[in-house]
Amino acid sequence: MKAFTYERAKTPAEAAAAVANNPGAKFLAGGTNLLDLMKLEIETPSHLVDVQDLKLDRIEETSDGGLRIGAFVSNTDLAAHDRVRRDYGALTRAIVAGASGQLRNKASTAGNLLQRTRCPYFYDTNQPCNKRKPGSGCAAIGGYSRQLGIIGTSDACIATFPGDMAVAMRVLDATVETVKPDGQTRRIPIADFHRLWGNTPHVETALERGELITAVTLPKPIGGTHIYRKVRDRASYAYALVSVAAVIQPDGSARFAVGGIAPKPWRMAEAEALAPKGAKAVATRLLAGARPTSDNAFKVPLVERTIAAVMAEGAKA
Amino acid sequence: MKFDTPAGTNPIDQGKVVGRPTPRIDGPLKTSGRAPYAYERHDVAENAAYGVIVHAGIAKGRLNALHLDEAKAAPGVVTIVTADTAGKLGKGNMNTAKLLGGPEIDHYHQAIALVVAETFEQARAAANLVRADYARGQGKYDLEAALPGAPPVPDPNANDGKGPKIDKVGDFERFFASAPVKLDQKYTTPDQSHAMMEPFATIAAWKGDELTVWTSNQMINWTKGDLAKTLGLPKEKVRLDSPYVGGGFGGKLFLRADAVMAALGARQAGRPVKVTIARPMMANNATHRPATIQRIRIGCDKDGTITAIAHESGSGDLPGGGPETAVSQTKLLYAGAHRMTAMKLAVLDLPEGNAMRAPGEAPGLMALEIAMDEMAEKLGMDPVQFRIKNDTMVDPEKPERKFSQRHLVQCLNDGAQRFGWSRRNAKPAQVRDGRWLVGMGVASGFRNNMNQKSAARVGIDKQGMVTVATDMTDIGTGTYTIVAQTAAEMMGVPIDSVNVLLGDSSFPVSAGSGGQWGGNSSTAGVYAACMKLREAVAQKLGFNATDVTFANGKVTSGNRSADLKDAAGLSAEETMEYGDLAKQYQQSTFAGHFVEVGVDAYTGEIRIRRMLAVCDAGRIINPTSARSQVIGAMTMGVGAALMEELAVDKRFGFFVNHDLATYEVPVHADIPHQEVVFLDYPDDTTSPMKAKGVGELGLCGVGAAIANAIYNATGVRVRDYPITLEKHLAKLPMVA
Repeated sequence: MKAFTYERAKTPAEAAAAVANNPGAKFLAGGTNLLDLMKLEIETPSHLVDVQDLKLDRIEETSDGGLRIGAFVSNTDLAAHDRVRRDYGALTRAIVAGASGQLRNKASTAGNLLQRTRCPYFYDTNQPCNKRKPGSGCAAIGGYSRQLGIIGTSDACIATFPGDMAVAMRVLDATVETVKPDGQTRRIPIADFHRLWGNTPHVETALERGELITAVTLPKPIGGTHIYRKVRDRASYAYALVSVAAVIQPDGSARFAVGGIAPKPWRMAEAEALAPKGAKAVATRLLAGARPTSDNAFKVPLVERTIAAVMAEGAKA
Repeated sequence: MKFDTPAGTNPIDQGKVVGRPTPRIDGPLKTSGRAPYAYERHDVAENAAYGVIVHAGIAKGRLNALHLDEAKAAPGVVTIVTADTAGKLGKGNMNTAKLLGGPEIDHYHQAIALVVAETFEQARAAANLVRADYARGQGKYDLEAALPGAPPVPDPNANDGKGPKIDKVGDFERFFASAPVKLDQKYTTPDQSHAMMEPFATIAAWKGDELTVWTSNQMINWTKGDLAKTLGLPKEKVRLDSPYVGGGFGGKLFLRADAVMAALGARQAGRPVKVTIARPMMANNATHRPATIQRIRIGCDKDGTITAIAHESGSGDLPGGGPETAVSQTKLLYAGAHRMTAMKLAVLDLPEGNAMRAPGEAPGLMALEIAMDEMAEKLGMDPVQFRIKNDTMVDPEKPERKFSQRHLVQCLNDGAQRFGWSRRNAKPAQVRDGRWLVGMGVASGFRNNMNQKSAARVGIDKQGMVTVATDMTDIGTGTYTIVAQTAAEMMGVPIDSVNVLLGDSSFPVSAGSGGQWGGNSSTAGVYAACMKLREAVAQKLGFNATDVTFANGKVTSGNRSADLKDAAGLSAEETMEYGDLAKQYQQSTFAGHFVEVGVDAYTGEIRIRRMLAVCDAGRIINPTSARSQVIGAMTMGVGAALMEELAVDKRFGFFVNHDLATYEVPVHADIPHQEVVFLDYPDDTTSPMKAKGVGELGLCGVGAAIANAIYNATGVRVRDYPITLEKHLAKLPMVA
């Protein structure tokens, strides 16, 4: 870990400005990912701006009947919130499918969206990695890639976004609210928040330098059966091989977002329109153009089978 | 004391303390955080500096240059150890690879430097400033590619490693060829990491030319010798102290880089130095269980009698290393007149392969016991009955040599009854519970019992407290408790009147913890010392030693009685040694493993539903800690069957998933109710304790029982561990 300085900002705009004005600065929220990466010197900030005093730790109802989730609300509190459990069950289920109780107590809503990939080559600083060291190459391509991406990847990077919470937020059409260093705010649809890797896999989100997430909003509830199905080798405390967040309506219409396969939660309206034709039709459309490796080619049929499982569960409910 | 004739009745048979379920006497220390583990022993060495190891970034090649200037100038840095500054180093007898690399690099993450600084954070930051220039060499990293050209090697555990390279009895080839029912299959097991909870850790301090290391180690005397040899010191100048060990599983059998680097760092810094090896470095820096590629052939008569059986295994290791002895159990587990076992050893430039819990038997049974399941199916026999049919009460290679005891048939029959085996549908893929395909599997468990010479010192103080000192280790197994039980039984005192001191090399040399020999061997050493002490007590108190009893803190003979504490100040040291009973009789432990699994019909995910092990392992000294050992081993077997694999990068020669996020071991949610039954037959040929090893038995066979249950659930046979969902997904019935 490199030596760093530390401050606690008082307001979101002040925090954003503090990071924008210091090229080595980063925001610190729960620290469950950033501090680990700093110990390994995968992240080497020279300054940390702690956001815990920004009063972003509340969940409020919005005027249209949705919810506004403060950026610093812990994963535990979000998952346990009455309204979330009642109206946005996919989100509660996704959150409790991730990490451990201790980590969820510390991890924040914004931090969860910003967690970095778990590609093992990203984690080994002896190995080339375009995400860790732009231009150095990708050791994962041609290496051990069972856990890695099958779609939306690039010749520069085949990593995945590893989270669960964001997959449910994607299926719920969440919006990310931010404040920029100049005090301006903006609203980024979750669909546009995570970027595909392309030639710049170190640029992972739509956020600008110093731009701070202040909240995530959920639109008014859409009803239906909420499901989060996470497929993994062990029953807990593992990243998804494939996960599916779904909201299935009594008329058979459905929304699906898939995790564990791409740089972002993977969702496609055209694929959802095929729900009446079954899982194969949905998965085939969703994964058109997939480029799996020999290690992770199984994820293609696994997505289809997991969607089938989710549809069966939704039909039963 | 020499144990060379079967034990008669002795004080252990009273069973007042030995054999009773007894909570760990060190439990309160551990649950309250007061048991001192190596890295937290803040009181032993004042002013300790912190050392952080720099690990090689290539698997094979040469260190052209190590640039230290930036690190040396970093805040708090005291000194930096490299191969250049360390002077000439030897290599431990038990080590294959050097523990400090440079200029030659032997494997990925080999230690190449130690940065010593005032704080841990300073040392870690400075270690990251060390720049290494490498000339990358050509290495061999692919076992499957290397095995065809690899030489056959004799079994290192038989005939002092000088036996035949191919072990043959009768004429396997002929009788296999003519067998009416046969099987010829390939099975593979992956490299595995010990992944013990406590990382390697050592504090080292020099006083003149004398070195003390507070460390975490299973085999104190081996490691003391190897540390002395590595540093070029007389053995008596080195002291090891390892009273608490947070798991080892074989990973801490040997001297490792933490101890060597801490000793070198402390010498160079002129003050104590503490070193741990960070979790992400452990898998490649230290040893692992080597991968195997195995071939099993079994020929049977139509009635299920095995007539021919062959087991071949290939594994790899660094030059000078040894094979994973995956064929060992096949020499002894089942009858069959015509037999062949053989091993091949390829040179691989991966990190050092070495012992991990039940070396040999664990991966060997993972293969053999699937083969037995497949063969039973070919024969149309129940797999329990097929195993029973081929049970043997003699060493199949030397029929004149009997097993001392063998209750495998009872393990299987009892287990089948308890588990509800009769409800198993012999036809696979028939049982459905909601989205789950459900199946049951069985396997035999087998692990040899080994005895090792072991010494202890036992004394009595004025309060009547009995103190036992031995360099034996407690690696989480419950040694403190069984040593206390043994001394309490022998000296006739309650267990809370026994004080147990372990893990210090200044104590009498014990068996140590490995090969499931520790429990029986170390308590037998305590028995020997207690017998000697009883004689001394009797003599001092004026009794005739032959008819004296020790009970309730009193020594009694006829009508006369005295308090044990009247013998305060007496102590006795004795070693238990062994004659050739283990040669006369084959001493082994047995189990019947039964498992029920569910396989998600949609996703292919595998989850364990129930597990049972019925164990035949001699007298069970402490049923509480023995059960802990067996359920821990069964859990390890779940890992081996379903998830544990060090993934090899065959281009760069290292284990890629080298942390606990990516090398998955079972978590609580993976483990359902586990039932353990001990048959508890004292075996008078093993020691006066009449006990056997039990710490590894629970792992032996359980992986195959899981694999067989998966097959029973799905009808898809997977012979390549770990059985992850992609290996059967495409063949599962489509469900949508």
